[in-house]
Amino acid sequence: MTLFWDYTLDGIANGMIYATLALALVLIFRATRIIPFAQGAAGMLTTFIAFSLISRGWGYWWVFVVALLIGFAIGAVTQRVLIRPLAGKSELNPVIVTIGLLVVFEGLAGAIYGNASRGFPAAFSQRGLRIGNTTIAFSSFDVFIVVAVLVLMTAMLILFRFTTLGLRMRASAFSREIARLLGVRVGLLLTLGWGLAGIAGSLAGLLAAPTSSFSPYYMDLIFVYSFTAAVIGGLESPVGALVGGVISGLCISYVGGYLGSGLEPLGALALLMVALMARPEGIFARPPARRV
Amino acid sequence: MLEVRELSVSFGAVRALRSVSFEAEPGAITAVLGANGAGKTTLLRTISGLVKPTAGSVSFDGGSLVGRSVESIARLGVAHVPEGRGVIEELTVEENLRLATLWCLKRGERQAAIEEILEMFPRLQGFRRRHASTLSGGERQMLVLGRALISKPRLMLLDEPSLGLAPLITAQLMAMLQEQTDGKDITVVLVEQNARSALSVSHHAVILNLGQVVVSDSAAHVSADDDLRHHYLGF
Repeated sequence: MTLFWDYTLDGIANGMIYATLALALVLIFRATRIIPFAQGAAGMLTTFIAFSLISRGWGYWWVFVVALLIGFAIGAVTQRVLIRPLAGKSELNPVIVTIGLLVVFEGLAGAIYGNASRGFPAAFSQRGLRIGNTTIAFSSFDVFIVVAVLVLMTAMLILFRFTTLGLRMRASAFSREIARLLGVRVGLLLTLGWGLAGIAGSLAGLLAAPTSSFSPYYMDLIFVYSFTAAVIGGLESPVGALVGGVISGLCISYVGGYLGSGLEPLGALALLMVALMARPEGIFARPPARRV
Repeated sequence: MLEVRELSVSFGAVRALRSVSFEAEPGAITAVLGANGAGKTTLLRTISGLVKPTAGSVSFDGGSLVGRSVESIARLGVAHVPEGRGVIEELTVEENLRLATLWCLKRGERQAAIEEILEMFPRLQGFRRRHASTLSGGERQMLVLGRALISKPRLMLLDEPSLGLAPLITAQLMAMLQEQTDGKDITVVLVEQNARSALSVSHHAVILNLGQVVVSDSAAHVSADDDLRHHYLGF
């Protein structure tokens, strides 16, 4: 039973990271109907930049903020320079561009930093917390992960639900043409949306690095797990990304714990298949429009 | 005043509009009528900037609209209500209305404007926090009209507001439209398949056929001309 709780706590912490990257996918997909395959790699690149700055003696928290800002810039520039010119053309074009970008980001990181795995510092201790005489499989850093992700999710919720900027962004995402007819500067808001997704991707990279084998490819599997999370949640719902992330994290943790870590990717694939067969539109998909 | 001069639009080899010219006066409703494929919707989409013309000009109150972005045309006070009840289904009724106030009203004025529109369309009051996807066709039409009116537009482009609505609701909508424009400095261009209904509230009528203006006359004259009505409008 102790193992079960250990795997559960581990699943929640990892699930929060998947939820963060899933949120990035949701933000972009619901606005542009594009799956940004390079989102994980962009998070990896900003984390490597953070690694460089920390190695040069910068304080962790300064680096943390700078990395999120670089993530925003990468997202915004990607949309403005590479994605925007593809509007109205074949749907395959952005797929090819984002896969190309994934290769470029990983190649760039490999060329600059090398392909070997290394350690990335954690903001807090990674030793399990003690409750009475028992040490649980949940560290101070895991608490930080949960808090950081919940803060990001709450900030996004406040932005989208309670601000006029969020209302404009949602309108631009749901119906670009009507939003434009109502005077909304949709192009600018789409760039902002990609920038926010870049922040979420960078946060996922920073949170995953200390617990992963930190190399130019460490976000690849995390992207697959996050994509699974986003699909489970409905691909258009930020809340769905959070719930899907936790479900993915738990399932993958149980598979890794009970069946062996080598089966984790297969576990994610099985989960994705079950989710697609049981509820292809996702848990938090929008209700269908009323037929009149 | 809206002035359309020698406006042409092509989609590849298809010429959707051919040298269309007409004027729409403030304080009046100008009906644009014609069969399916006549170019009515393309005309409105070109005026609001959604479609780029191949030739010709569109000016409103002396300023050219051609070459401007859709957003900047909207911010000049041009409210385009697209066909198919263009609500944003994922937003609530109140959010749909609020969205239209963001560029034109100050923060403190927005709620009062929303309440005013909900009083104008009492049926929407009970649905204000519901997603627009849950509204019926008539309710959606009320919402898009309300959303257009809330920004106090100077030019309204209405694309088939009666499409798919029951005759009683169509009559109510037309009466509402007439009430909103009478004695006000607002220019309305009304595209309609339901020619009889449109002519009953319009001051001027433009009939399009295969992308060309074939008649531009007062609505009363068009209504009174049996040959013309039978030939182009089918009643």
